Amino acid sequence: MKKLCLISAATMIVVAPAFAADESTLTIGMTLSQTGSLNVDSVAQQRGADMWRDELNAAGGIKAGNQRYKVRFVTYDDQSQGGRVQQLYTRLILQDKAQFLFSPYSSGLAATAAVISEQYGKLMLVMGGAEPKIFELSNKYLFQGITSADHYLSGAVEALRSRNPHARVALVYSDDPFSKAVALATRDQAREAGFTLVLDESYAPTTTDFSPIINKIITSKADALLGGGHYPDGATLARQLYDQKANLQWVTLLVAPGNQEFARLGPAALGITVPSQWEIQASYKPQFGPPAAKFAKAFEEKFKIAADYHSASGYTGGALLQHAIETAGSIDTDKVAAALNTMDVTTFFGHIKFATDAKHHGLQIAHEMVLAQWQMKNGSLVREVVWPTAARTADILNRMQ
Amino acid sequence: MFGIVASIVDGVLIGSVYGLAAMGLTLIWGVMDVVNLTHGAAIVAGMFALYLLTSAAGLAPYAALPPILAGGFLVGVLLYWIAVHRMIGRPPLMSLLSTFSVNLVLIGLGTAVWGTVLFNVPVTLPGVSWQGYTFPGTHLLAAGLTAVMAGLLYLFLYHTRLGKAVRAVADNREAAELAGIPTTQMLSLAFGLGVALASVAGMLIATLFPFTVLAGDAYQLKSFVVTVLGGLGNPAGALLGGIALGLVEGLAAPFMPVSWTLVIEFVLFVAVLIVFPGGIFAFRRS
Repeated sequence: MKKLCLISAATMIVVAPAFAADESTLTIGMTLSQTGSLNVDSVAQQRGADMWRDELNAAGGIKAGNQRYKVRFVTYDDQSQGGRVQQLYTRLILQDKAQFLFSPYSSGLAATAAVISEQYGKLMLVMGGAEPKIFELSNKYLFQGITSADHYLSGAVEALRSRNPHARVALVYSDDPFSKAVALATRDQAREAGFTLVLDESYAPTTTDFSPIINKIITSKADALLGGGHYPDGATLARQLYDQKANLQWVTLLVAPGNQEFARLGPAALGITVPSQWEIQASYKPQFGPPAAKFAKAFEEKFKIAADYHSASGYTGGALLQHAIETAGSIDTDKVAAALNTMDVTTFFGHIKFATDAKHHGLQIAHEMVLAQWQMKNGSLVREVVWPTAARTADILNRMQ
Repeated sequence: MFGIVASIVDGVLIGSVYGLAAMGLTLIWGVMDVVNLTHGAAIVAGMFALYLLTSAAGLAPYAALPPILAGGFLVGVLLYWIAVHRMIGRPPLMSLLSTFSVNLVLIGLGTAVWGTVLFNVPVTLPGVSWQGYTFPGTHLLAAGLTAVMAGLLYLFLYHTRLGKAVRAVADNREAAELAGIPTTQMLSLAFGLGVALASVAGMLIATLFPFTVLAGDAYQLKSFVVTVLGGLGNPAGALLGGIALGLVEGLAAPFMPVSWTLVIEFVLFVAVLIVFPGGIFAFRRS
C-alpha cells in the first residue's frame, strides 16, 4: 500500500506540471463606468462579459491549438470620463499586460480607447460604441459587434411610417457623438420616409429640466418624437413628457428605455419605444454559444435581474473573441484579427460580420436591430418587440390609447 | 406666442426652486463668509431622503418636508462642527477646501451605496392646462412651497430674537459677542439652516425630475449663478435671482437652441460680476 502511494505521488509530480504547462491565463483589459452618467448601461454590459468569463473558465477556458487559456479580466472604473479612459487603457496595455481589450461603454469613450489600442497594436472589440466614425480611420485591430449608429432609428422610422405616413416629427437628441451620429442619419431617413421634420434640436447631455424643449415640441405640433441620448437624460425626458402631457402619438428614445431600470418611471414608461440591439424574445439560431432563452435564464439566476441588450452585447463580445481565437488556433493578435475579418456567424445576439474594406474596416455590417416598446402585461410593464413584423411579439401600442 | 408665455411660466416656477437652493448657500456666506461646497451634496441628500421616506417609510411625498427640513438642519449643525468651525476667521481657501473635501466624501459614500443609477419618485398632482401646454401640479406646488419657505425664513430672521441674533452676528460678530450673543451657536444655527434649505430644495426638485447621486453638481452651479445675481449674502436677493434665472431660461428657449441656455447663464454670470459685483438685487444688508 505504501509502495502504491509512493508511485502515485511520483506520477503526480511528473504529470501535474505537464497539465499546468498546458493551462495558461489570457488577460483581457477594459474599463467600465462604475460611476458617472454611463453607469447603468456600462455595468449591465460588464455583467454580460463577466458571465461569459465565468462560464468559459468553468468549462475549461479557450482552446487555441493545443493550449487552453483561462480568462482573467483586469478592469478599472473610468468614471464615464474620456480622460480616465486614455490613462487607463495605456495602463492596461503597459502595466497589466492585457493581451486583448474590450472597449469602454459609449461611442465617446470607445473612440478615446481606440486611439490607444491602435497605437499599441492591441485588438479591441467594441460592444458599446455605435458611432461609425472610428471605423473610418483605417484602424486594423478594432471590431464593432453591434449595429452602428446610422441604422439605430431606421426601424423606428419604418414602423412609424406604417402607422402614420405623414408624421410630423420632432428630432430631439443629446449633444454627444453617438446621439449626433444617430440624428444625422435619421434626418435623411425621416425625409425619405415622407415625414415633415418640425423640430430639429440638440440638448446638453447634462440637461436636468426638459420643460423648455417639451414646450417647443408642443408648439411645433409634432405627433412623433425621435431622439434621446443615454440613460439619465432619456429617462428624465420620458418622465417630463408624461408630466407635461405632451400630445405625442409616438415616442422613440435611444438607449434609456432599453434598460430594465426604465420601468421605475411607471406610467411614464408606457408606450415608449426603443431601438434595441437584442431582446430576450429574439429567436436567432446560434452557431455557437447559448440560445437566447438559456442566456437570459442563466443571467437572471446569476444577477437577479433580467438581461437586456447591453448585457447580451457584453456576453457576445467575449463569445466572438473566443470564437476568433479558437478559429485562429492562436492568441497572436494578427491571427485573431484575421479570423475576425473572415467571421460571418450567427449568435443568440444576431448575425455578425465585419467590414473588411480599408475605408470601414471593423464596422459591423450584418447585425440588425429590433424596435421594442414598453407595454402593460398582466399589470406589469414589459418590453415587447413590435418591429420588424417578422420578429414582433406584440402589436404596436399607440401612446395616446 | 402661447409657447413663449408657457416657457416663461415654466422658467419662473422652476427658477423659484433654484432660488430656494441658493438661499441656503447665500445665508451661510452672509453670516460667516464661508462658500459652502457641501451645498450640492445637501441638495442630493434631500432628494434621497425623499426617496427613502416615500419608498421605505411609506410617507406621502409632501409629508416628508418637515422631517427633511429638521434632518437637514441637524446634519448642517453637525457639518459645521466637523468641517467649518475651525475654519472661521481663516483665509477663505481653508473653508473652501474643507467643505470641498467633505462634499467628496459624502458623494463618494452615496455612490458606494446607491451607485449612479437614476432614481425616480413618482408624484402626480393635477396640473393646469392652457392652450395645449400643461403646468404640472408638482411644479406649481414646488413654487408655492418655495414661497412659504422663503416667508418662514423672513419671519425667522426679522421677527424672532434668534433670527435677529443671527443677523447681528452676520453684521458684526465682535459687537454681537459684546452684546452677549453666543456667536458660535449662531454660526452653527445659520449653517444648519442653510443646509436645511438646500435639502428641502433637493426634495422639491426630486418631486419634479428623476435624479442620481451626482445630480447636486448641476444645481450647485445654478446656485452660484443665482447667488451672484441676487447678491452674496442676501437670501431675498437669492430668491429673486432664482426667479430671474428661470425667467431668462424661459425667455431664451423659444428663440434659440436650448443647448445655448447654459452659455447664456454663464455670460450673465460674468456680466453681473463685472457690472454689478454686489448682485442685481443687492439690497442693503441688515
